[in-house]
Amino acid sequence: MRISRHTPPLEFEQRASYVSVLGMNCAPRRNSGWLAQTKQVPGMTRASNEKAGTITTAEPSIETSSEEDLDVPWQIVVHNDPVNLMSYVTMVFQRVFGYPRERAERHMLEVHHKGRSILWSGMREPAELYVQQLHGYLLLATLEKTC
Amino acid sequence: MEIRRRKDQIELCELDPFLAELLRQIPASAKPGGVPAAEQRLFSPPTIEKESEASAEWKLYVEPELRRLFQTATETVAGDLEQLNGNEKSLANRTLRIPSKHADAWLSALNQARLVIAAKHNFTENELNDHCHSPIRSRRDLSLFQVNFYGFLQEFILRELEG
Repeated sequence: MRISRHTPPLEFEQRASYVSVLGMNCAPRRNSGWLAQTKQVPGMTRASNEKAGTITTAEPSIETSSEEDLDVPWQIVVHNDPVNLMSYVTMVFQRVFGYPRERAERHMLEVHHKGRSILWSGMREPAELYVQQLHGYLLLATLEKTC
Repeated sequence: MEIRRRKDQIELCELDPFLAELLRQIPASAKPGGVPAAEQRLFSPPTIEKESEASAEWKLYVEPELRRLFQTATETVAGDLEQLNGNEKSLANRTLRIPSKHADAWLSALNQARLVIAAKHNFTENELNDHCHSPIRSRRDLSLFQVNFYGFLQEFILRELEG
């Protein structure tokens, strides 16, 4: 088997980077959904109308989120996988996050050696989109709340 | 087999019937086929808690999109592979031409196939790293070869994408 073009021969071998899902640290925030479908506005009142014919009364919302809660960053963690190629993982990091090759490779190697790497942290909505993209490339990625 | 870049396409030349058949198997190999491990690998949870509300929403809204994305890629690859249709004799020394614009679809389909095969056979990291493994004595050996062969193609396509 040989490869022509102006590149050095590519050996028929792969260097797998890889993983299994390892222990992770934080649980996702409750009552918040993908694509921002279930966001609650802090301080809103909620009407109780569970049974037809009952009198509707407004009650203060039990669950409120402080500004501080909403600002808590979320992080995107990519986990090792024994099948995905190192070069493929690097390319995905470059494409999804726009990282330069060196940075993408650094994260890829961290995944390979340590089992996981935090690729990005920030607000929940963009984080959700990044995770979706990573899953579209078949990487093992999770969204975690920063402790 | 020889792989080369020619204008706007990648050419796999001098394909023998065995490798041609492995290529033809890509779309079928990419399907989990009801195997839970394979299904779980292609559609892994987005959070640590598999039963969380966020995971449920993911299954409802995101997973169908992912399924469509993966299927589109395998359909594109299946279309390209129609060049290899024919009996075994006619497959001798055939050439497969992959348009460069299909490179992403090929990367995805090859990746899907590799992940599904590895999950179905529960290959260990040692097995996956043993590139000198030979000869092929069993179905498992053949599947491992398939994973490595598809990985080889992925590497070449990635090089091409990098220019």
